[in-house]
Amino acid sequence: MRIVLTVAGLTLREAARRRVLRSLAVLTILLLSLSAWGFSRINAEYGGLTSGESKLAAALVLNLVMFGLSLIAALGTAFLAGPTVAGESESGIALAVLARPVRRVQVLLGKWLGLVGFGAGFVAVAGAAQLVIVKITTGYWPPDPVTGLALLAAQAVTLLTLGLLLSTVISPMASGVVAVGLFGATWIAGVVGGLGKALGNESVERIGTVSQMLLPTDGLWRGAMRAFQDPSLLSQFSEAFEGHPFLSSAPLTVVYLLWALLWVALVLALAGLAFQRRDQ
Amino acid sequence: MSSPAVWASGLRKRYGRRQAVDGVTFTVGRGEVVGLLGPNGAGKTTVIKMLLGLVRPDAGEVMLLGRPGTDPQSRAQVGYLPELFRYQPWLTAAEVLRLHTRLASTAVPEAEQHECLGLVGLADRAGDRVGGFSKGMQQRLGLAVALVARPRLVVLDEPTSALDPIGRADVRDLLLSLREREVAVLLNSHLIGEVERVCDRVVILDRGRVATSGTLAELLGQRELRLRLDGVTPEAEARLGEHRREGDMFVVPIGDLDEVPDLVAELVKLGVRVHAVEPGRITLEERLLDIIRGGEDS
Repeated sequence: MRIVLTVAGLTLREAARRRVLRSLAVLTILLLSLSAWGFSRINAEYGGLTSGESKLAAALVLNLVMFGLSLIAALGTAFLAGPTVAGESESGIALAVLARPVRRVQVLLGKWLGLVGFGAGFVAVAGAAQLVIVKITTGYWPPDPVTGLALLAAQAVTLLTLGLLLSTVISPMASGVVAVGLFGATWIAGVVGGLGKALGNESVERIGTVSQMLLPTDGLWRGAMRAFQDPSLLSQFSEAFEGHPFLSSAPLTVVYLLWALLWVALVLALAGLAFQRRDQ
Repeated sequence: MSSPAVWASGLRKRYGRRQAVDGVTFTVGRGEVVGLLGPNGAGKTTVIKMLLGLVRPDAGEVMLLGRPGTDPQSRAQVGYLPELFRYQPWLTAAEVLRLHTRLASTAVPEAEQHECLGLVGLADRAGDRVGGFSKGMQQRLGLAVALVARPRLVVLDEPTSALDPIGRADVRDLLLSLREREVAVLLNSHLIGEVERVCDRVVILDRGRVATSGTLAELLGQRELRLRLDGVTPEAEARLGEHRREGDMFVVPIGDLDEVPDLVAELVKLGVRVHAVEPGRITLEERLLDIIRGGEDS
């Protein structure tokens, strides 16, 4: 366990000291300030909205901005996960570390834990800042912010676990690109599936369901959106929710959460096996 | 202390269609300094990586300090400087050493870690990020990493490839001090002079196999010492024993380089002025070339 924690600490320090953190911080601040400006405009320009309508607008834009944040978290962690295994093998940094009396599984688990801490920490800080901005500018406070942020963090964890697996088999840059590509593809499949549902087309709807099973990022994201929306909106504006990419009508099921958990464990185990067999 | 520092038996590794290592067997005794020699592509680095669990052998067994190589704890007292030496660029030199003592689960006081940096000439760079280090400085840091966790076996893969002549001399001194402290060393180096000066024994690899191995005396036969002397008295000549003259040089056969200081001291005591002392060095290179060329012919 000591080795795992040492490596986790090292990974966190790497994340903190690499340029990736600075770029993340810049992107986040940019997004947060843009959203602060945008939210203040919603109130100023649409003074004629009913309270329900302005709530819907706030929830919608909040989800939109949260999607931006989750994208930043996904990009950041995926591009951190890549270099951490494949990059260290390529450069030779891994040689001296793995020649120590450590099991490779311990090293991988430590890296995963460090990345989880980093991804979750980022989501918590940036997400909370966003919620406060919305509260100040529009007065809107989501019904279940903690669950929402936790699900966003879970989404980042899912993606970085995939990034870790990819980086044990392919090059660092490729693993980041593939992970982010899959993330985007699942999101689009989710949107397509939502449209299928709205149109009553079952086979199109299935695209979303299957992709949400294969890579749970989109499913978790939809759960997070749900937690950021006021529940009264759903009954008031049920039509708006049909097939909308930034509104979610169905809550997450426990079974799906368990599947996401199992998915992460399975992918991490696969990454461990691949890393164990890899020649340095 | 009966088990050797390194025991490798029947190591094999194939990369695609190329048999990189083909049945390599050798040992390094406790406190012994062994040189691993051979041409490029002979499989030296692959053998070293298999010893340390970095590459999975297709066949064969490894024991390090009496434990099977499959057990990570076999590496608890092993220091390693890879041929491809790179350390976390976002850490400082001192932090890299701290990391490695933690990974080795060895409690080494801060002062001792700092001393280790001093040993490789990096004492005043302890707080600097590794990312700003030159190649030579990174290799020096690599040496400190290999030495910091109080190893009983040190594996050095081309430890002087990026070093200037002063750095090379420092490494030689380090190796000699390791030998004095009875730390076993496995040294892969192209610099035959380096190997000849510090190694008790050499293992010569060629195309994935052990071409030959043995002590330097065994491999080279008797060594020579070339002395440029002045004022040689009959007593001094008697002390030199059987010798031949080459111009103003006296060429004396010797069994062991350790005899040199005593011989010189006694010559001086006998009133001889000693201008130069050169151990015959070229012979290991010749021997190595013979072996490799012989292998090619067969």
